Amino acid sequence: MEGVQTISGLQERILHEPNCLDRLIVDLAVNVTAMFRDPAFFVALRDKVIPMLRTYPFLRIWNAGCSSGEETYSLAILLEECGMDERSRIYATDINDAVLRRAREGVFPLEKMREYTANYHRAGGTREFSSYYDADSKVARFRPSLVRNVVFAQHNLASDGSFNEFNAIVCRNVLIYFDRNLQDRVHDLFFDSLATFGVLGVGEKESIRFTRHAAAYEEIDPDQRIYRKVV
Amino acid sequence: MLGCSWGGTRALGTILDDLPDEPSAALAVVQHRGFGPADKALPLLLRRRCPIPVEEAEDKMPVEPGRVVLAPPDYHLLVDGPCFALSTEEPVHHSRPSVDVLFESAADSYGPRLVAILLTGANEDGAAGLRRVKESGGMTIVQDPDEAERRAMPDAALRTGAVDEVLPLAAIAQLLGSLVGRQDDGR
Repeated sequence: MEGVQTISGLQERILHEPNCLDRLIVDLAVNVTAMFRDPAFFVALRDKVIPMLRTYPFLRIWNAGCSSGEETYSLAILLEECGMDERSRIYATDINDAVLRRAREGVFPLEKMREYTANYHRAGGTREFSSYYDADSKVARFRPSLVRNVVFAQHNLASDGSFNEFNAIVCRNVLIYFDRNLQDRVHDLFFDSLATFGVLGVGEKESIRFTRHAAAYEEIDPDQRIYRKVV
Repeated sequence: MLGCSWGGTRALGTILDDLPDEPSAALAVVQHRGFGPADKALPLLLRRRCPIPVEEAEDKMPVEPGRVVLAPPDYHLLVDGPCFALSTEEPVHHSRPSVDVLFESAADSYGPRLVAILLTGANEDGAAGLRRVKESGGMTIVQDPDEAERRAMPDAALRTGAVDEVLPLAAIAQLLGSLVGRQDDGR
């Protein structure tokens, strides 16, 4: 990175140069994601989770590790189609300020829209996907109104604490990059941040089975790894 | 650790068929796959041929004998010391899962205790991984390209010059069976 030859040289720059740590994180972190990745997950949200959450007057949802926002926009679209957007707020967090800026802009490559449109319809989408964005020759700009109830904020899962009580937490394919100790820490954080009967959605190949909180959750959809806190 | 692509399901069947009931090493497979019905059925097809359980990898599953761990669709499968790990990083050689990713990470963790086997396939994924395995002191085996359903993958591996054995499937099956059949042997 940037011509630094040694680890101690890197350390020096991180300590003394503002923004250097942010740029390093951009280089090191995995920020590959897609809208409506794993459509079956969103079908399960629509069919099983939304009906449960409908009973609440107001919803707080934490999208942890939101990266450049593809998952956040997918959740926002789902909430709008279910008529829940006005009484819900999504807190979308990531360690990395640069990807959060991209997320706030909601501008994604046009070439991805074919894949995302297919995902959207397999995810149970009920409208024309293109009604959510304006396309020019290279990019798709998503309607800013989609994220008017979204708070994008920096949060470090490895060191920061809980900042609210949530009715649902969605954190998919983020913890796979953490070792077991760090995973335990984050699961403590999620447990502490979820209201009773709060919903936790993780990645399709992730599980709460090996965590100390496993007994505190019941399965809502075991295939899609959606759980509900029952204590 | 095994990697394959086009024609891999049948080739894997032949190899897993000959495994002993209690292999002494951990086994993992990357077969290039997408989202079609045949891709979905892959674990089922392999289970029919294999004497030990075939399971799709989950994050942090321990690396241990007793089952064959299969890379799930749309994730890279890695070895991270005592555990398997998954990643959604960009595809390698247009493939996620990628054979290179598995081989290279396993070589870093297990070095000379690793045996890497590359079978039939239509692209060059796996060649760089095999080279890393060889450099780390592991053993590298490639299916004879003349016999492979698609020869691009074994051919690319042979061009690296890092291949210990070039064998037909039946001989690979036999060799693997004997490697994992003895106690105190490597992976």
